[in-house]
Amino acid sequence: MDLTNIGFMKIRRQTTILSIILIVISIYSLFVNKLNFGLDFTGGSLIEIRLTEDIDSLEEIRGLLQSMNLNDFQVNYFGSNRDISIKVPGGDNSIDEDVLIQNLKQDFDFEVRRQEFVGPQVGSELRDQGGLGLLAALAVMMVYIMFRFQYKFALGALLALVHDVVIVLGFFSFFSLDFDLSVLAAILAVIGYSLNDTIVVSDRVRENFRKKRRSDSEIAINRSLSQMIGRTLITSLTTLLVLIALLIFGGETISNFSIALIVGVISGTYSSIYIVCNTLLSLKVTSEDLMIRKTEVLDDGMP
Amino acid sequence: MVVGVLLLGVIYSMPNIFPPDPAVQITFNSSGGSFNDRVVEKIKFNAEKEKINFSSVENDEKSILFRTNNYDDQIKLKQHFEESLDNNFVIALNLAPNTPEWLKSLNAFPMKLGLDLRGGVHFLLEADTDLLIEAKLESAISNLKRILRDLSLKPRALEIENTSILISLNTQQDEELLSEAVQSLNGFDLESLNSSDYRLRLTEEELEQMIDYAVLQNLNTLRNRVNELGISEPVVQRQGAKRISIQLPGVQDTAEAKKIIGKTANLEFRLEAANRISLASRIDKFPFNGRDVNLEKRLIISGDQVSDASVGYDENGFPQVNISLDSEGGAKMHRSTRNNVGTKMAVLFVERKSRTELINGIPEVINFFEKRIISLATIQSALASQFRITGLDSPEEASELALLLRAGALAAPMDFVEEGTIGPSLGADNIKLGIQSLLLGLGLVLLFMIFYYKIFGLIANLAVVLNIVLIVSAMSILSATLTLPGIAGIVLTIGMAVDANVLIFSRIREELKNSLKPQDAISAGYDRALITIIDANLTTLIVAVILYVVGTGPIQGFAITLSIGILTSMFTAILFTRMMVYFIYGRRKEIEKLWI
Repeated sequence: MDLTNIGFMKIRRQTTILSIILIVISIYSLFVNKLNFGLDFTGGSLIEIRLTEDIDSLEEIRGLLQSMNLNDFQVNYFGSNRDISIKVPGGDNSIDEDVLIQNLKQDFDFEVRRQEFVGPQVGSELRDQGGLGLLAALAVMMVYIMFRFQYKFALGALLALVHDVVIVLGFFSFFSLDFDLSVLAAILAVIGYSLNDTIVVSDRVRENFRKKRRSDSEIAINRSLSQMIGRTLITSLTTLLVLIALLIFGGETISNFSIALIVGVISGTYSSIYIVCNTLLSLKVTSEDLMIRKTEVLDDGMP
Repeated sequence: MVVGVLLLGVIYSMPNIFPPDPAVQITFNSSGGSFNDRVVEKIKFNAEKEKINFSSVENDEKSILFRTNNYDDQIKLKQHFEESLDNNFVIALNLAPNTPEWLKSLNAFPMKLGLDLRGGVHFLLEADTDLLIEAKLESAISNLKRILRDLSLKPRALEIENTSILISLNTQQDEELLSEAVQSLNGFDLESLNSSDYRLRLTEEELEQMIDYAVLQNLNTLRNRVNELGISEPVVQRQGAKRISIQLPGVQDTAEAKKIIGKTANLEFRLEAANRISLASRIDKFPFNGRDVNLEKRLIISGDQVSDASVGYDENGFPQVNISLDSEGGAKMHRSTRNNVGTKMAVLFVERKSRTELINGIPEVINFFEKRIISLATIQSALASQFRITGLDSPEEASELALLLRAGALAAPMDFVEEGTIGPSLGADNIKLGIQSLLLGLGLVLLFMIFYYKIFGLIANLAVVLNIVLIVSAMSILSATLTLPGIAGIVLTIGMAVDANVLIFSRIREELKNSLKPQDAISAGYDRALITIIDANLTTLIVAVILYVVGTGPIQGFAITLSIGILTSMFTAILFTRMMVYFIYGRRKEIEKLWI
């Protein structure tokens, strides 16, 4: 099989359209469905119980909560037919969990597995903090790439990162999955992963540009991508293997974390090929952009 | 060097191989008691009588530890103790480490497990700074009044408005005097509103310093209170400017723990108002035993000046609290009581509570102080630094009061802004699931690598396994806490650590295709991939560090294992594999073919 020159960039128009469609859907969903923020961000109470036997319907529990004058609550199965999670948002609906548990104990036999209360103040602060973390992470990366490569690469990487983050957020919004702290951690990890991929690809593009100064940009990029595609796929595959194991066997608590990373890794692999290189081509990257300046030393100063 | 690091890694990760025993720990609730052999034997005997299995018992003067073989026995044992022992004891679930002596002597200990992996209770408390500011302003007003009086300046008005003091002067000429007076008050800014009105505000630094001091003070107090609970390995940490987070592993009863930690209880000692000073503005009315008692507004002392408190019983067998005051408190007490022999002194129990109320349809948490008289007794003689409070309802009340007095009062009231309980069975499940998925993911990656890279894959696999050993030992040495997101971080590093080797190996393959000799292909592969690997890892490390700085709790747990994992993976994936490759291929001059 000849992997030395696959025409990756031949379908650049189609992939651009695909990316735009996906991003538009994501943004639309974010505006319409919003994000289903978890307890960590909204504040409120969460109780997870394990009943001694399976129950077929949650109506009885819902009825009990309604009788306590609660209305905006969520009662769901959590992994099995006897694991139940009860969520009551904070604010105008705040409850005393201990009272709720006592009321439930009168009708059901269960063990309390987890009980959380987050004050509304903490929740909104966390949201700001999380957003700040995202922005800080993005900004530091940009500076790093500008320093190590060139602004065209930094722009490509930024677009790729924004693309990945928007798609993961859109995915969570579209399927109304819970967006909690662990998902935020996953998104930050996605940024790291996608950047890792982007840099590996950019590194090779830079190398090929420097080797053959006079070749056509598209050919050079195609050659770079072809050389790297084996590595890119293997790395994504091994990471996905671990993540899928985590999703299936890691338990309910980290399933959303795994989903976010799986979507992010797929999107990150795609974006490091198409978004980054597309941006480079659109910005008409040339070998002059990557000439070794006198100040730049190839040695990193690292062992 | 490589061998040395690996050896260290293996030794310091070893304590984690010995699984801890689920255990139940019994400690005394107050600092007074100690266990002697007779008490220990009796508790042991009772547990044996109930046919609850436990594997061994260890004790020192402060605590007894019952090791059990499984979580069911642990719960049974705890329930048994809760029913059979009185509330002089604190009973907590515990995980007792099984580290062998020779490892302990090397200072090697297992890593700590987070609450999500072992079960327990956590709280986040926030200092209420408004009250702190109010108190500061009140004292500033009384100081200012005194200073102004000395300067013979009489302001038209002097009052607190929100978080500042409003001052109105009669004539503008007095402005100079006023600013002079303000200068001798530290930490205030004077702002002129118009020709006669001024606003006095706390400076930013002063405000910050004040809150900082109060939170530090509270941190200390809360540590004392938590220590009084007698739970092993509690964590009391400051989080941000105004918050303190508390983690109590093994505790299951939030209500009980909250009672002790959250109580911002304090005591006030006041004299009953004699009839001659019954000015309404100087007295407070409190109900006591069905009638109203008038107390002076002025305090003799408050609970802060109590240096020790213990439970005792009087000659009739009623509970009492014996109190010792510090020297300043003793002097004040003496001064106030020596001229008031025959007057009654009241002890007020001050508790901060909160309720939610609808104000214009919006629920708001309202904090208020509930004060009640717990004792009203005639002063028999001048009191000094040692005295006692009688008239308490029950021994429980006495021991709780003594505990709170001993552990100190909070400098600023604190509210619970977050709390949570994780059951021990969920913790055990989380460990099991986390490790299972870790092993499965690892297994899949290892298989794939051998299939794809043959001998080199085998070397990379060895590197990945060593990487996990190194992460575990680094966590143990740093005594970092492993949480569920932390396990997820390790899982992620496995996936990413393989990437470094994939980069190197695919580069070697490429160089072989460019018809380089095997030896040269190996060194070219390592050299050229190195820059890429460092670039890529450094950026991920940047993300991990940002996560650690910006994040809290679970995010930090993830960031710690991710950063440690990146550093150790660079070591194992580059240095270790290179060493192995040279070990296998390095000494032979001519190699026909690489198994890659």
